[in-house]
Amino acid sequence: MTIADDGPAGGGHTELAWFLVFACWLLATVSALGALFFSEVMELPPCTLCWYQRIFMFPLVILLPLGLFPFDPRVVRYALPLAAIGWAISVFQVLLVWGVIPESIQPCTKGVPCSEVQIEWLGFVNIPFLSFLAFTTMVALLVAAHYRSKP
Amino acid sequence: MSRKSKRNEQPQPAAPATPARGGVSRTAVFATAVVALLAAFAVGAVAYRSHQSEAARQVAAKSASLLASTHAPLLGKAEAKVHIVEFLDPACETCAVMYPHVKKLMADNPGRIKLSVRHVPFHQGSEHVVRVLEAARAQDKYWETLEALFATQDQWTVNHRVYPERIWALLGGVGMDLERVRREMNAADIAARMEKDMADATALKVEKTPEYFVNGRPMPRFGLEELQGLVRDELKLAYR
Repeated sequence: MTIADDGPAGGGHTELAWFLVFACWLLATVSALGALFFSEVMELPPCTLCWYQRIFMFPLVILLPLGLFPFDPRVVRYALPLAAIGWAISVFQVLLVWGVIPESIQPCTKGVPCSEVQIEWLGFVNIPFLSFLAFTTMVALLVAAHYRSKP
Repeated sequence: MSRKSKRNEQPQPAAPATPARGGVSRTAVFATAVVALLAAFAVGAVAYRSHQSEAARQVAAKSASLLASTHAPLLGKAEAKVHIVEFLDPACETCAVMYPHVKKLMADNPGRIKLSVRHVPFHQGSEHVVRVLEAARAQDKYWETLEALFATQDQWTVNHRVYPERIWALLGGVGMDLERVRREMNAADIAARMEKDMADATALKVEKTPEYFVNGRPMPRFGLEELQGLVRDELKLAYR
């Protein structure tokens, strides 16, 4: 199945770039809805670091589609910094959860400690790890879209 | 200039609104994704909520029978509508610290709160102390014994190590026949009550002491404020 082009900037070499940005949006939206599911439906209180990661995840849900219709490859320029900063915060939290970074420099002791694991699947998949996976994939998709969209 | 005519100046063909060239429109893909994701979220939320409320009903129904113990020592009027069930270990420091706060809650709301104590001797050597407490009930000195034990706890529990023989010298002020306690503390009915407490604690997943259930509701997480809040909520519900 091919995806037809709606925009004026369409063409063979941007077909894949569009799809990469679209995949990035899909991932951002699944992650944002997942985060909202954890906090609003399951009522798990988000820790401070989770809030910072949300700050860099949620805008992508709105920003990326604006670059998809019509396709504007420069959307990567605006989206990538958000994804990269979110990725850095997620790395920090994963290290905190794994105990690589000691508790003492943990920035959030009030409320929910960010090193506390509320959900764990298969013994190592927890919410911070999911966030790390999502940000890593999004950064990779955006970087790939950047190189693909160059004529 | 309208956008349409501007677009027509581009070398590319005009955007098809419907599937073309055997493919699917990008807009259609995007719109489908939006609808599918929102639908998945809504269905998931409804399913999770109904599953949770069902599970909560089952736990509440199950815990009601486990918490409605007639064998446990009871403080306060039987007709009080707010029932605190406390799982405690006499050797647990936090239990000793929390106990006066529970008494204060009861004193602040006279006649409206009753307290049941269930024994979970998690500390090694603590079962011996629980036997003494259970035997004190025959002489109607349970609460006096519990308070004397909490007051002197640092003398018979040091760094979580229980020295059960030390308690006898500390119970002189309670005013009961200690010889009778020694004779009766190994009775079968006491052992049966202690087993029931431990079995109920396991079923209710009580793993730390003290643990409180207020009219069957556990604390959302451990804390004096959480306990006070729970009691306040239940008082409001029972005596509005």
